[in-house]
Amino acid sequence: MYVLSRPALVLLLMMAIGLGFYPLVGDSYYIRLLTKIMVLGLFAMSLDLLIGFTGLISLGHAAFFGVASYAVAWYIVKAGVTSLLLILPTAIGASAACALVIGWLSIRTAGIYFIMITLAFAQMLHAFFKDQKYWGGTDGFNFYDKPQLVFGDTVLLDLSNRLTLYYFTFAILVSAFVFLIVLLRSPFGRAIQGVKVNEGRMRAMGYNIRHLKLISFIIAGSLAGVAGFLEATRTAYVNPELMSWHMSGNVMIMVILGGMGTLYGPLLGALALTLLGDNISSMWDHWLLIMGAFVIAVVMFLPEGIAGLIEKTANRFKRKPPPKEETEP
Amino acid sequence: MSGFILETQNLSRHFGALMAVDDVTLSFERGLVHAVLGPNGAGKTTLINLLSGEILPSSGSIRFKDYDITSLPANEVSHLGIGRSFQKTNIFPNFTCFENCRLAAQSRMKGVFHFFKPALSYKRINELAEKGLEMCGLTKRRDTLAQAMSYGEQRQLEIGMMLATEPELLLLDEPLAGMGAEESLKVIELLRKLAKEHTLILIEHDMDAVFAVADRLAVMVNGRLLETGTVAEVRASKAVQEAYLGSDEEGH
Repeated sequence: MYVLSRPALVLLLMMAIGLGFYPLVGDSYYIRLLTKIMVLGLFAMSLDLLIGFTGLISLGHAAFFGVASYAVAWYIVKAGVTSLLLILPTAIGASAACALVIGWLSIRTAGIYFIMITLAFAQMLHAFFKDQKYWGGTDGFNFYDKPQLVFGDTVLLDLSNRLTLYYFTFAILVSAFVFLIVLLRSPFGRAIQGVKVNEGRMRAMGYNIRHLKLISFIIAGSLAGVAGFLEATRTAYVNPELMSWHMSGNVMIMVILGGMGTLYGPLLGALALTLLGDNISSMWDHWLLIMGAFVIAVVMFLPEGIAGLIEKTANRFKRKPPPKEETEP
Repeated sequence: MSGFILETQNLSRHFGALMAVDDVTLSFERGLVHAVLGPNGAGKTTLINLLSGEILPSSGSIRFKDYDITSLPANEVSHLGIGRSFQKTNIFPNFTCFENCRLAAQSRMKGVFHFFKPALSYKRINELAEKGLEMCGLTKRRDTLAQAMSYGEQRQLEIGMMLATEPELLLLDEPLAGMGAEESLKVIELLRKLAKEHTLILIEHDMDAVFAVADRLAVMVNGRLLETGTVAEVRASKAVQEAYLGSDEEGH
């Protein structure tokens, strides 16, 4: 069951303070890059709820990310609406509805079949948006306006402002993190972690496994939808690739790289992967080779990801004599 | 209501051509300790799996009190008041003993939409979990990870988890399997204590244990029911002696 360790808490507080004050000193390029990292981090964190805590290995998580981005684009391009109060709930609702349908069908399978069926559903959505002229086809949509929160005549929140978007994303990321911590401590959170460890026993004890899995799937899908909303708002651009299997694969790599079942690991995974891509892609055309080698190295030498490395290092510093004989009766 | 808490009617289950349980009609009297005996492969575990809803029968029916539970899934059977423990230790190794029992007790909460209050703040659930721990004798091990305990203690935890769901009827699949003599005695003691307030159906290989606690015996061979009755009746039965007990005693 999930416990946020002290070193992780310290690290997170430091990161939060750093992110909170960075715009005061940083330049606009890195403010944009950090916004991107926070969005991807939220996306990866939502997948960790499935992979790391419920034991559902979904390879179609980009479906919910993409559907929410298209909801943003539809409002702005097709309906000419920029109200945040309309767009954000619709985007989340669209993702949640997709997660309900896809989840309801796919949780009947397990293991490799679950991986394949979630992948297939995401690819179906990808193909749908790619084929439909109405939805912009392969090119998707470019748009200029961004969601705003307006009260009367005053604009309270204008997400086309780079700094506003940065802090808005930051606030959502922090809220989502706190929400997930609370959720994992609740009876529901304990139950899904039980499902991950021993599904058969949970059923024998009287739990309805399908309900637990489906609710977890919908919550994760909705959070991916929030990330999708932010992504479309950030780039003012959507295209079918947002829900392609590349995207699903990338976010899964972030989770594995950062450390499954740690919640903050996927944030670090998003950070590491984005920074790495950003830096080496400009140096060398075949940068994906380096990226691939890096991922292989982490998986082989740090099976618990970056988060696992942090916890281990912190423990080594903390206790002088390692508690070897603790478990002896 | 009859004096029978659980009844099977022509219950069968086959796996391909193998008749694991073959036309078994059995009644379990309320408040007694029933033991199901039989050599390996007799279909005892399959019978328990059928009773607990783990697998569905190929034909026949099962009745628990006033409910037809023939086609109910395991989670719904559990909620009617049938608890079970497993022959192969089936726990949550990386959770503490307390959390193992607490999770079992939590299954008694209504609905799954408990998202915000911490799980540890539900008093009634905590009490049930502590009670489960106490009854199986693991209060001292409350905060130990289940995987760090001895095999015998894990078997005790297995029973504690079942008790934390407050069942009325207990299905115990070889509760003494692989236990040392001292641990066995502890568990037999526990079974005696449980028998006062519950109906027990247990599968067991340890004959001494069975004769020590059971009121009624049912003997299975090759998926079929060979004999039922009190301990004395079954011991006296010719058919049973030939098929099972007899060969065992001759060996000594």
